Amino acid sequence: MCLAIPGKILYKEGDTGKVELGGVTREVGLQLVPESKAGDWVLLHAGFAIQVVDEEEAQATLDLLEEFFKAETEDG
Amino acid sequence: MGERFKPGDLSGFKDSARVRMLSERIYSFYPGGEHKIMEVCGTHTMAIARYGLRGLLPKGLVLLSGPGCPVCVTPASIIDAAIGLAGTKTVSVLTFGDMLSVPGSKSSLEVMRSKGADVRVLYSAYDMLRMADEERNRQFVFISVGFETTTPGTALAVMEVKKRGLENVSFLVANRLVIPAMDALMRLGEVGIEGFLCPGHVSVIIGSDAYRAVSSTHGVPCTVAGFEPVDILLAISDLTEQIKSGRHEVSNCYPRAVRPEGNEAARRTADTVFEECDAEWRGIGTIPLSGLVLRPEYREYDALTRFGIRLLQVEEPPGCRCGDVLKGLILPPECGLFGNRCTPDRPVGPCMVSSEGSCSAYFKYKGI
Ligand code: SF4
Repeated sequence: MCLAIPGKILYKEGDTGKVELGGVTREVGLQLVPESKAGDWVLLHAGFAIQVVDEEEAQATLDLLEEFFKAETEDG
Repeated sequence: MGERFKPGDLSGFKDSARVRMLSERIYSFYPGGEHKIMEVCGTHTMAIARYGLRGLLPKGLVLLSGPGCPVCVTPASIIDAAIGLAGTKTVSVLTFGDMLSVPGSKSSLEVMRSKGADVRVLYSAYDMLRMADEERNRQFVFISVGFETTTPGTALAVMEVKKRGLENVSFLVANRLVIPAMDALMRLGEVGIEGFLCPGHVSVIIGSDAYRAVSSTHGVPCTVAGFEPVDILLAISDLTEQIKSGRHEVSNCYPRAVRPEGNEAARRTADTVFEECDAEWRGIGTIPLSGLVLRPEYREYDALTRFGIRLLQVEEPPGCRCGDVLKGLILPPECGLFGNRCTPDRPVGPCMVSSEGSCSAYFKYKGI
């Protein structure tokens, strides 16, 4: 039951915000991610955003995978 | 390849070419023999089964499901207490959906509901505020279960109940902490765990640094993983590499969500409302400082005190080996009841109930 899914903050209103996830909008609590702002992607769990998704880090992981691929082709 | 990451689109982390490449990579590192990795989190158990990841790993590499399903480890005595409350006319029992069909010693909340009890499923702990406000003459009891991921949201609800002066709300608290359980399993030592695949969304809150103590005390590698197939295999490849080279470090293979320091605001929120206590884990027993209770400032919202409930020790159904499954001692099919007397439609033990329970994940995706 610890699943969290990414949604995009459309706008903030005090402690809460409207978030779009998979084509629907939902009101969620943003108290746990005070630094978040409209346009951010956040991980949602049981009605609350629990973290802002770090897009740079996501890209870094994908780039790392690409390195692995390269290494493999060179080896193989 | 070479694409820019778009947050709403996780296809790069599901990509089959990458899955294949990572599987080959794991084979290439694999030191041979048998090695056991435990995935602590039930959501990982589900994902591993659903994507058929076991089939992509060397034969000797055993993935054990750990105690990481909050529903499965909630003591039957708590379920019995909730069932008792649901039998009271003026009380509404509020719960997350996963808890509905978990068997207590005699019944489940679902059965109570079919007999007319007022049991309501919440999506968020905040949903209770409106209900309690609109129906002041009813008592609302929320079954508070969950790991570190879920607790901060529940803590916000407790604070809000106090702020709004809602006297008709209370909490049956059975929240649990993951690290003390990992530590307890290592101390048991029976299982021979050589690496932990650490739960991604618990780690969002506690941070990857939180595993340092377990890792260094027990000399066990701990790798944080996300929930897409590429995330999981990347973490398993990291663990395999560590096992091979005899290292035991904490690595974070889910950095897009998990920071070394975690989410401090969330931890502070949880800490305002709850404090640690020794706690029972269903099938496992009592683990020191592995659970939460309301702090004295919030204890008036404790359902056990409000309704004068004493939790009664409950015997597990004969033959159910959930405890051994949760400790990683056996895999579900090794339980004599698996698939015959115990199925998701007629679960005997809690591990067959929750979609994230190991037994249910094994049953649903068997043969893959
Ligand atoms: S198969 Fe059923 S009876 Fe056996 S351990 Fe799992 S939940 Fe318990």
